[in-house]
Amino acid sequence: MTPTTMISRRKLLITTAMATPVMVLGVPLLAQEPQRGGTLVQLVEDTPRHFNPAVQSGIATGEPGTQIFASLLRFDEGFEPQPYLAESWEMSQDGLKVTVTLVENATFHDGEPITSEDVAFSIETVKKYHPFTAMFAPVDSVDTPDARTAVINLGRPHPAIYLAMSSQLLSIIPKHIYGDGQDIPSHPRNTENVVGSGPFRLTEFNRGQNYILERYENFFIKERPYLDRIVTRIIEDSSARAIAMENGEAQLTAFESNPRDIKRMEANPNLEVTSEGYAGIGPLVWLAFNTKKAPLDDKRVRQAIACAVDRDFIVNALLLGTAAPTLNGIHPGSPFYNPDVDPYALDLDRANALLDEAGHAPDANGTRFSLVIDYGSEPTKPMAEYIRPALKKIGIDVSVRSAPDFATWAQRISNYDFDMTWDTVFNWGDPVIGVNRTYQSSNIRPGVIWSNTQQYESQKVDEIIAAANVENDPEKRKQLYFDMQEILNDDLPLYPVYTVPYHTINSTRVGNPPRGIWATCAPLDRVFLKS
Amino acid sequence: MMFTILQKVAYSGLLLLAVIVLNFFLLHAAPGDVADTIAQSMGGADAETMERIRADYGLDLPLWQQLLEYVTGVLHGDLGYSFFFNVPVTELLLERLPATLLLVITAQLLALTVGVLLGVISARRPNGLASHFVTLLALFGYSAPVFWTGIMLLIVFSLMVPIFPVAGMSDATLTGGWWAHAVDVAHHLVLPAITLASIFLALYSRLCRASMLEVLGSDYIRTAKAKGLSEGQVVVKHALKNALSPVVTLAGLQFSAVVSGAVLVETVFSWPGLGTLALQSIIARDTPTILGILFFSSLVVVVVNLITDMVLRLIDPRIRTGVA
Repeated sequence: MTPTTMISRRKLLITTAMATPVMVLGVPLLAQEPQRGGTLVQLVEDTPRHFNPAVQSGIATGEPGTQIFASLLRFDEGFEPQPYLAESWEMSQDGLKVTVTLVENATFHDGEPITSEDVAFSIETVKKYHPFTAMFAPVDSVDTPDARTAVINLGRPHPAIYLAMSSQLLSIIPKHIYGDGQDIPSHPRNTENVVGSGPFRLTEFNRGQNYILERYENFFIKERPYLDRIVTRIIEDSSARAIAMENGEAQLTAFESNPRDIKRMEANPNLEVTSEGYAGIGPLVWLAFNTKKAPLDDKRVRQAIACAVDRDFIVNALLLGTAAPTLNGIHPGSPFYNPDVDPYALDLDRANALLDEAGHAPDANGTRFSLVIDYGSEPTKPMAEYIRPALKKIGIDVSVRSAPDFATWAQRISNYDFDMTWDTVFNWGDPVIGVNRTYQSSNIRPGVIWSNTQQYESQKVDEIIAAANVENDPEKRKQLYFDMQEILNDDLPLYPVYTVPYHTINSTRVGNPPRGIWATCAPLDRVFLKS
Repeated sequence: MMFTILQKVAYSGLLLLAVIVLNFFLLHAAPGDVADTIAQSMGGADAETMERIRADYGLDLPLWQQLLEYVTGVLHGDLGYSFFFNVPVTELLLERLPATLLLVITAQLLALTVGVLLGVISARRPNGLASHFVTLLALFGYSAPVFWTGIMLLIVFSLMVPIFPVAGMSDATLTGGWWAHAVDVAHHLVLPAITLASIFLALYSRLCRASMLEVLGSDYIRTAKAKGLSEGQVVVKHALKNALSPVVTLAGLQFSAVVSGAVLVETVFSWPGLGTLALQSIIARDTPTILGILFFSSLVVVVVNLITDMVLRLIDPRIRTGVA
């Protein structure tokens, strides 16, 4: 790969001088008046299983799904809800009723009006089939007093409900299509002749090649979307996507995480590269411990390992500085992130002292004990290899075990056949959706990946989670999660290390590039192409 | 001859059945299943969702029952439903087949023509400069990993000198008639076909060279020359026809290798063929799709071997009379 490196270095030298003024000029350019028309070529890695986000979460369906279907709310960069299909929303004093008023004249792509019936049907469907059951579990029923008003009745207060109404988490799907009695997860209309409620219509899908989205002329926000078409090309290979961005074949790609490709694209003056926009997805990488298996059942051992693993080295050397460090299992961009916990900075003396204290004296060769480390995805392989020399320094003999594919690894980890593993887990916006599952003792579920596979049990944490789940006061709720992170930082069932270096790359021709908290898994109705 | 062919067909049928049963058990021997990978694609799922997925796809049934249902289906021409994409496997395969055939056949023809040509050139003057150059090229093509060759071609011809598109089989933004589309596909085909051909080019050119050298030294060539035939006639009509036989045999045998090479090439160039589908479904543990692809590619290999056999009979009379 030497030629590649040489090219990018040369390019880097030539372009760094030019890059700065372009970026400065870029700010006033961004503020320019949006223009109608044009075709945006976007790149994605995976073919979606289908296009119905109500029954399929994840990025592959989320990127097109949020263009085809509208949600009730959208969220800005600061995690603040903004009107979308819902014009207004209100919670009753006791927090048990949420009343949502729909915008006027919203229609599905087949011209049928979007009514509160569809909202009720969508919530029911998501509650029943969406994998994130915590989102609408407290919903008892949805009343529809008139066509534009939906009243959501809750069995208990549920502060996470607003976030659960955003973007791909609650797509409003047509009852007159999906309510025909067929099984919704395998409904033929999830792929063919999809009738959505969002800014773009799906007009073509060539599995493994591309899908095409066309502007919906009667979208409920006047003048939007600005683009005529989005042609999305499915390119699995990360380097090929980078080349297509560099030579101008495409104008937008998101969820790019290969450090080398990111660096190369950063050096290109025609491209804007940013890691903004992923606080909602909240993708984190951590070193998880099997807390029921000796010697890792002793928190001093886990803390010692944390002190010997150099977070800065991983972020700056292994990831070329493309990722951000995280001290918690909550994304640093989340309002609930507690920045004041013990970072377990690299300190071998502290690590050795902790291991001595735990009674693991080194033998004649200086070895205290042996451990095996697994890793769940190819990008974390270098991190697994790094653990070996890092822990050697404190007398822990580590061997790396690789898995041929995801399913094999998932079976090992979820059936507790492991010591330590690198794991990549997403927050999905609110702790109720994507954080609690990792720590709740009730979520130790054999065979289920991304449950509490650490088998961590803490009555205190369980209590805090239960309290935060129903705490409608934002400040009090935040404090509860801050307390939880303190405890988790001390118990350390897992050692949070970095955020997945997801980046959005767009051509400088793209106006209003997607940022927010969901990156491209949010409506692109404001995106436009500069002439 | 008819009997031999029928016998071969019968063996092939048994072979295909064995392929299904063996692959079925191999796939199920691996830990984990499609419920895990669907959960992965969804960013996690709870126990109930995973149970529902397993029940929906009959993964909770005993293994022998799953196998029986599958084999019965295949015998009725039904390859089942893809777990991951929720469409009939046959539909998925037929969607992808043209792309792979186009790539594989183009690459194979390219490798054969250029390989034979290079082989003949270097055999004419075995110690000449051209011959050494061909040897070097062959060695390089054979030893360079195919994905590396692919990425290098991409960097040179899509990025540095952007004359070829990066990925895919067609430009979705293109408007125009079928001619414009055909040109567009051909344009997209150039780099993947060269990449795939590069591996086999080496093999064919070396084999053709060796076999030509052998033939050129034989008595009947001397006789032909003595009769006063021109150099070109001797080489093409007399020598090459005989020297070609091992090359064709190898090309037939290599067909399965071309198909597996296509997996890598398709991935690098996002060529929407069976190769990318195979890779995706293996990663997704989409058992019916993998079995379908394996069944189908075994079928292709078996058929190609039969055809090779017949072609050899045509170009080499020795096989026609002898026992096959």
